[in-house]
Amino acid sequence: MKQDIKTEDAIRGQVHKNLPHESAQKHVSGQADYTDDTREPIGTLHAYLGLSDVAHAKLVDIDLNACLAMEGVVGVITAKDIIAPGYNDISANHLDDEPVFPTDEIEFLGQPLFAVVARSRAEARRAAREAKITCEPLPAQIDALEAKEAGYPYVAKPLKLERGDVIKGFAGATNRIKGQMRIGGQDHMYLEGQIAFALPGEDEDMLIRTSTQHPSEAQHMVAQVLGIPSHSVTVEVRRLGGGFGGKESQMNIFCVVAALAARKFGQPVKIRPDRDDDMTATGKRHDFVVDYDVAFDEDGVIAAVEGDFMARCGYAADLSGPVTDRALFHADNAYFYPNVLLRSHPMKTNTVSNTAFRGFGGPQGVVVAERMIEEIAFALGKDPLEVRKANFYGDAGRDLTPYHQQVEDNILPRLIEEMEAKSDYQARRVDILTYNAKANASHGLCRKGLALTPVKFGISFTATHFNQAGSLIHVYSDGSIQLNHGGTEMGQGLNTKVAQVVADAFQVDIERIKITSTTTEKVPNTSATAASSGSDLNGMAALDAVNQIKGRLVAFLCEKWDVAEDEIAFLPNRVKIGEKLLSFDEVIKQAYLARVHLSAAGFYKTPKIHWDRDKGQGRPFFYFAYGAAVSEVTVNRLTGEYVIDRTDIIHDVGKSLNPILDQGQVEGAFVQGMGWLTTEELWWDKDGRLRTHAPSTYKIPLASDIPRIFNVELAEWSQNAERTIKRSKAVGEPPFMLAISVLEALSMAVASVADYKICPRLDTPATPERVLLAIDKLMEKGRCDG
Amino acid sequence: MPSIRKDIRFWLNDELITLDQCSPTETLLDYLRLERRLIGAKEGCAEGDCGACTILVGRLFQGTLMYEAVNACIRFLPSLDGCHVVTVEALKDEDGGLHPVQQAMVDHHGSQCGFCTPGIVMSLYALWMTNPEPGRCQIEEALQGNLCRCTGYAPIIRAAVAISDYGSPLSDWLERERKTNFKRLIDLHDGARVVLEAEGKRAILPANLDDFSHVRLEEPHATIVAGSTDVGLWVTKEIRDLHTLIFIAHLEDMKAVICSQSHITIGAGVTYSEAKQAMSGYFPHLDAFWTRIAGPQIRNMGTIGGNIANGSPIGDMPPVLIALGADLVLRKSWEQRIIRLEDFFIDYGKQDRWEGDFVEAIRIPIPAPDSLHGVYKVSKRRDEDISSLCAAFYLGITDGLITKARIAFGGMAATPKRAAEAERTLKGKPFTRETMLAAADCLPLDFQPISDMRASADYRMRVAKNLFEQFWHDKQGTMPLEAAE
Repeated sequence: MKQDIKTEDAIRGQVHKNLPHESAQKHVSGQADYTDDTREPIGTLHAYLGLSDVAHAKLVDIDLNACLAMEGVVGVITAKDIIAPGYNDISANHLDDEPVFPTDEIEFLGQPLFAVVARSRAEARRAAREAKITCEPLPAQIDALEAKEAGYPYVAKPLKLERGDVIKGFAGATNRIKGQMRIGGQDHMYLEGQIAFALPGEDEDMLIRTSTQHPSEAQHMVAQVLGIPSHSVTVEVRRLGGGFGGKESQMNIFCVVAALAARKFGQPVKIRPDRDDDMTATGKRHDFVVDYDVAFDEDGVIAAVEGDFMARCGYAADLSGPVTDRALFHADNAYFYPNVLLRSHPMKTNTVSNTAFRGFGGPQGVVVAERMIEEIAFALGKDPLEVRKANFYGDAGRDLTPYHQQVEDNILPRLIEEMEAKSDYQARRVDILTYNAKANASHGLCRKGLALTPVKFGISFTATHFNQAGSLIHVYSDGSIQLNHGGTEMGQGLNTKVAQVVADAFQVDIERIKITSTTTEKVPNTSATAASSGSDLNGMAALDAVNQIKGRLVAFLCEKWDVAEDEIAFLPNRVKIGEKLLSFDEVIKQAYLARVHLSAAGFYKTPKIHWDRDKGQGRPFFYFAYGAAVSEVTVNRLTGEYVIDRTDIIHDVGKSLNPILDQGQVEGAFVQGMGWLTTEELWWDKDGRLRTHAPSTYKIPLASDIPRIFNVELAEWSQNAERTIKRSKAVGEPPFMLAISVLEALSMAVASVADYKICPRLDTPATPERVLLAIDKLMEKGRCDG
Repeated sequence: MPSIRKDIRFWLNDELITLDQCSPTETLLDYLRLERRLIGAKEGCAEGDCGACTILVGRLFQGTLMYEAVNACIRFLPSLDGCHVVTVEALKDEDGGLHPVQQAMVDHHGSQCGFCTPGIVMSLYALWMTNPEPGRCQIEEALQGNLCRCTGYAPIIRAAVAISDYGSPLSDWLERERKTNFKRLIDLHDGARVVLEAEGKRAILPANLDDFSHVRLEEPHATIVAGSTDVGLWVTKEIRDLHTLIFIAHLEDMKAVICSQSHITIGAGVTYSEAKQAMSGYFPHLDAFWTRIAGPQIRNMGTIGGNIANGSPIGDMPPVLIALGADLVLRKSWEQRIIRLEDFFIDYGKQDRWEGDFVEAIRIPIPAPDSLHGVYKVSKRRDEDISSLCAAFYLGITDGLITKARIAFGGMAATPKRAAEAERTLKGKPFTRETMLAAADCLPLDFQPISDMRASADYRMRVAKNLFEQFWHDKQGTMPLEAAE
């Protein structure tokens, strides 16, 4: 058998190289299918949720006769359709606090109470408004602080992190500041809203096509509510039109209701809420009220920190436990606290149950650390950067986190040094101080601010058991490869990166590899694609599967051609067997004929990590990702409006699997973080009605909001000290917190009106309104003091 | 009486569509996605704010065929009569591969989750057709109506800058087929009144302005739909039943801009985009303001007349026009009634309307040469947001003293309203910072704003006052915020 062997030097789709998103061409031509684009079988019905109109009430009666009388309506789904007792629950933690539909108590305004099923979505939506709900209103607590005062319980077990002795730390310090910070929540505003499509099969089978970050959980929830084993439910996800944490647990209600309706009516059922209902009925980033207390010496070195983190969790736990935990894990950001005591208060409130959102509580912790730095700087008349540097983690004795994990891989000093130089921080700060002084002296309209902030972010799910992943790889006899893994593609480029890993391991061109939809049929018991873990976990699991198949191929080749293992090498699109070269296709064909198993299920679990939550000690994180940003802003002191003039970023992704995709994550995360801290305001009225419930009222950044000059680079010299996939680091969440540089720059601009002597204590989001009120407060204080 | 046609006809990409049974309030987006399975346009918000549904509509205007980006989600089908709808599915390059806009987006990694991407492609396409070498500001302006939650826009902007490296608009397929499409649309314009009846609802497209005045008299309770940027939401968000709708966006005689020696008269059907073009020479102080109103998709649909007629206390145009001393021309049948615009707004949700009338035009006096003008919109997000408050200043200055003052605010009361007390204190005073600050102090006599999700009463009042100083500053030749170094 004679064959021309191509002898390329390299494959297409190597790791560490730029490669476009696998769906880019389909995205731009409108040919990428999202769940709502799937062809509907004849007879498809549409469900629509009916939402509560009150925040807290005893539920007396739901009369749906008027709904049933509407045109096109086929029927309704209520709690009564959940047949077996104990199955009316979709709580992510199995706490039984999150019913599909409540039976006796309404706990937030917008809570789903029932669903109408009709021939068209428009008919179902219209009919759902006709319900007659009878209920007896109860007092409602919307705000976390008020809920605490009213004696509301925690929705989850609080966490305490403690190290050193805070009492001694405070007693021995020369300076001490106590303050409070309100940190706003954030809506995910994924462009594709929640959606689920249930197709009933034979027996009890149910296929769900949906847009979730957590197919396995959706599968388990549907099985639970239908009272059937998980083996009868398949959840399939091709891609998400954005997730950001908002489709980790929040998709469950939609999957479950579609499945209930599909079961009841024996027809395919699709459910897709309108944007307003989506925003009203699904959880968001937790807003926090944080009381902090910090002691420090004359050089600004922190001696002790105490913090109480109160979060508006909403009516049920959902992921509030781990979210509030992570707020504490990141309340140190990059700083060593010699004595520290941090407590979480996951407050129940009569609002929608808050959930995961990029950073998962981490940003709320980091922003408090940066607030304390500011407080110290303004109290001592120092540049906040100086205070930051004085408090970074360091060598032995200054390397333990509040959760007793040692910071072993601290590359921040080098990162900060580079950032400071590249951004020309010192010279620009001098210019800005001069500019502001002149403006103060001459009724100037504008003030400027400049800030450099660091990020240190712990990578791993803090619930250790989630740090596992699976994959399934088939090599077909024609040499084509099908790749399945448990992660979901939501724009981050996970499929591209994992395919690069597989292409690289087999040394074949990436076009040979097809990544299928994520489905619970291929890989079971997956974790959510969350906690930035997608590439770390699924990349490793895929590599494991490749290695199994390669191992079998090598054994076969050794035997067949009588060579030693080390004489076999996988070269680009070909295999070297001793002196012989065979194309990859030929090797696969031969292996098939010789009955070699060409399919493998891969698995990975993160090593080294452990966490004792009761003690508040352990190593919850496999490693840390780092970054630094410098932002400059100009503020109008008459309106509070501002422009972000420039942002420079250096971010650490280890040895990147795909630098251009990682850069996209850094840019995107920064802008999303900027939105969280500037214009994205969630506003509830006194009745508990969210009044910012659509893009008309809830303002995420536009193209014109991003920094006028925006320089983003990856720390190319970095590689992960731990043995992660190709020494890369996770990138999804850490750069989100680089946006805190914008908040700190705004704060400096505001502080300038009182000569940087008073900390403006800007709450977030720092809307033009909050900025102006802070300016006015400082000017009034300045007048009183001066 | 014009002839009556009982169907609507438009071109969808390369296909002539004739519909005689569609619901008058069916949106173009639903039609494309559900009936034509053109799934490139997405529903992100169904209220014209996210741009995921952006498509192009070609229409005849002043003898040419122009293509504009619009939101399909709030565009009712009857309004497309005589138009050419272009969706992302029709984009192609000369060889049938990816269009230059699409290739630039791929090569610059402008998509992540991809859901907003077809809409962004269409907005950039609309920009590139008229401006092949756009600058950063023009790109941002073109993207004001498109939200992206993944990329942070940076790669999209890089793609937009580079499009012309991939091809020229001169060889673009739509440009090459322009003559054909122009003729196709000309052929559709038969001068008939369109009456479309389906599902117990009725859409009427009058043949011309005079025909509109007849139709209006016959159907005084019908809903008038111009750009549908407000009425669209009544349907998509409030699920209101509208039984009879009179569509007027196609009426070119409502788009007239006529200048006399004393006045500029603007037809009520003039869109924001058209107004920007037509009014720039007379009111340069509005140049930056136009782009603060919504995004291009809405500016291409929404009309000046509609913004007034809907009576919103936070509409962008009323404060501006009131400060300019504009009159409103209301028409009933052949009878015109001219009132001061500020008198049109009686109370929240209540305007000075007669049964069977409609807003025909806005008449603006040409400003005196020694007058000072300023307009300020303050919002949470600078672009594509509804104002927290809006202020417009007009000061007439004679011999160094303020002789005329018209200062109007939106967002400060139940209606757009003048600051009467503040105006009074300005009269006869020199135009100084102290004068302006003193006038600002009178604002609490004029306004008691409310707190809502856009702003607190406190903030509204503080900023309203501060804008007097801002205006003074701006007239001293100091740099406004955007130009600040």
